[in-house]
Amino acid sequence: MCATCGCGPTSPHEHDHGHSHGDNQKTGKTIVDVEQDILQENNLLAARNRGFFEGRNILAINLVSSPGSGKTSLLERTLTDLKGELSFAVIEGDQQTANDADRIHATGTKVTQINTGKGCHLDAHMVLHAVQGMKLQADSILFIENVGNLVCPAMFDLGEQERAVVISVTEGDDKPLKYPDMFHSSTLCIINKIDLLPYVNFNIEKCKEYARKVNPSLEIIELSCTSGEGMQQWYDWLKSKVLTPA
Amino acid sequence: MHELSIVMSIVDLATKEAAKHHATAIEEIELDIGCLTGIEMDSFEFAWKQGIKRTILENATKKVNRIEGKAKCSDCNTHFDMLQLYDSCPNCNSHLAVIISGKELKLKSLVLPD
Repeated sequence: MCATCGCGPTSPHEHDHGHSHGDNQKTGKTIVDVEQDILQENNLLAARNRGFFEGRNILAINLVSSPGSGKTSLLERTLTDLKGELSFAVIEGDQQTANDADRIHATGTKVTQINTGKGCHLDAHMVLHAVQGMKLQADSILFIENVGNLVCPAMFDLGEQERAVVISVTEGDDKPLKYPDMFHSSTLCIINKIDLLPYVNFNIEKCKEYARKVNPSLEIIELSCTSGEGMQQWYDWLKSKVLTPA
Repeated sequence: MHELSIVMSIVDLATKEAAKHHATAIEEIELDIGCLTGIEMDSFEFAWKQGIKRTILENATKKVNRIEGKAKCSDCNTHFDMLQLYDSCPNCNSHLAVIISGKELKLKSLVLPD
């Protein structure tokens, strides 16, 4: 109930009067100035994850996209092509099933599946527990494949060093403008399925322009994990981010 | 519906703060939610109604301060209102801008009963 006028959930009205906290003190009520970030719990756990990754020289990459952009296919190809060159581990996030984890497992890579149930995103707490059971190798790359969703995962820091947003040419080229939060918070944008460009109405230059409007420092790589075009650029990017141990 | 996660984080945070003062109820809660955060207010209101049931916030009055998006152009230093993350500088049209406000997501204060 509002301490100033007595209005409560049963009598909704516009709150145009200020709530002077000084007055409340006279009535014996306690005012607590909390001034805390609502996501602080997640952010603290993310910082803990980040410290763990840094301490072991693990490059953690949060892969985000709509469902069906090809995150898992990109991983399958990458893990197969770079086998022996770099060490990898994968955390798979989906609402249900271990299908994606099975696909990753088939490449011979260590993988853990997180099922969020009804949850629409991974959070730092889920990643913390997944990592605890993984015995991650030092000097490796950890891919965290988020739940396919271009909205919700944007707000949740997992402790990753890089956030890569994947968009495919079978989607709309205005996606960066429609879902700006994800493009704003990402460091890399991968435009996937470019082998299909001749068959779809997707203006790749427009897409890149929109993405850079939202985030001028966003790096962009165009590739196709079916034809292999552009994959080398992605591998070069990965290698450039891995700190080789002294 | 990440708004429900946000509401549950608010419930957790408010419950912890109230416990420090041995309060069993919260009369008022004041939040800062910036206009440039990924919070859709309709979804938030819907999630709020569901999320506070049988919690310490069940009968609390909620005050939300919407903090307007403001940015400073990194190229020409112009300060401008940012309504969308892709808004460019009205002076030089650059997209290189530093967000000054609008990203807030904060529990500001609570009013606890006697």
